[in-house]
Amino acid sequence: MSIIPAPISRFFHKTASPPHFYALADKLIPWLTVLFLLLLIPGLYGGLVMAPADYQQGDSYRIIYIHVPAAWMSLFIYVLMAIMGGIALVWRIKLAEVMLISSAPIGAGFTFIALVTGSLWGKPMWGTWWVWDARLTSELILLFLYLGVTSLYGAIEDKRDAARAVSILALVGVVNIPIIHYSVEWWNTLHQGPTVSKMDKPSIHISMLIPLLLMAVAFKVYYAIAVLQAAKLQLLKREASAQWVKSLLEKPQ
Amino acid sequence: MKPHRKQRLMLIGLMLIGIGLAATFALKAFNENLMYFFSTTDVVEGKAPKETLFRLGGMVVKGSVQRPGADLLVRFTLSDFSKEVSVEYSGILPDLFREGQGIVAKGRLDNRGVFVAEEVLAKHDENYMPPEVADSLKKNQEPK
Repeated sequence: MSIIPAPISRFFHKTASPPHFYALADKLIPWLTVLFLLLLIPGLYGGLVMAPADYQQGDSYRIIYIHVPAAWMSLFIYVLMAIMGGIALVWRIKLAEVMLISSAPIGAGFTFIALVTGSLWGKPMWGTWWVWDARLTSELILLFLYLGVTSLYGAIEDKRDAARAVSILALVGVVNIPIIHYSVEWWNTLHQGPTVSKMDKPSIHISMLIPLLLMAVAFKVYYAIAVLQAAKLQLLKREASAQWVKSLLEKPQ
Repeated sequence: MKPHRKQRLMLIGLMLIGIGLAATFALKAFNENLMYFFSTTDVVEGKAPKETLFRLGGMVVKGSVQRPGADLLVRFTLSDFSKEVSVEYSGILPDLFREGQGIVAKGRLDNRGVFVAEEVLAKHDENYMPPEVADSLKKNQEPK
């Protein structure tokens, strides 16, 4: 008795098998790199050169093209990690564990970029590098969650146990995600409210919005490249004694 | 789905609901502390602390900014569109400080009921547009 039809379930099991996934990642990475550059270059050019200056902030607002996509990624990757954690706990799929742990440093990187660019933006506009308002504080907690996932995984010797512990941590931490997103609406914060996700009308001019969305998709593709690279390395480490790794290493390049 | 997997999935679901509830209650309990600033209505209604530092947020009322002397002293009025509070500040204002702009000031109330600020931060809004669009928006609003 299964809700998932057999062919689809077989497809997933095949893709999730380490040797198969390794080969697939190898094939995907070059294509994703091309796609990334095709999105990044027009996104950066459009944002930094073509988009008009802001009516209040002048050219300083252009840091939005790094800050906002990085902040979105920091939330997006954490949600993916929690989903992977759930899959790893319920179905015990090794690939889900590997994807979870490979995502953590990348997510930490995006969170760090969001915090630093936000700070650089805050100084000229708000007049301060940092304030302890709800948005900034919850984003800082997110950085600690990412670092916690990585260090917890490193601290436990047995990697299957470590993956289980990390999955639970990722799931517990996911409550922070809606807090970050809604912090600017639930409480008075120095950080302004949402711009793009407002349902009635985005309050950003279309000429500024297009490069922002291009950058957001470019960052997502970058994440895909980075996570596949990291997952390949994790798989080699985890499966070091498996036959497919041995034959892969013996095969002349 | 196999029974033991279904059980684990339900456990995870229950765990998430539990943590979600715990977080909700904790945040509700600390709601006041999580507010970064008080509104001008809070101050007029006496909800803001007396004799201690707190932050006050609001919109700088148009035409209220005065510089009485040659020094850095500035007087202006903050509003949240229902109640107003007068503010005094002596120091350098951030670039985005202007009339009609939202700001957050840190300071204390003196016995005249004037808020004496030690620090003024600008709170910019979530609107981004080219200057020409902002001008035409302003022109459209003025005839009203």
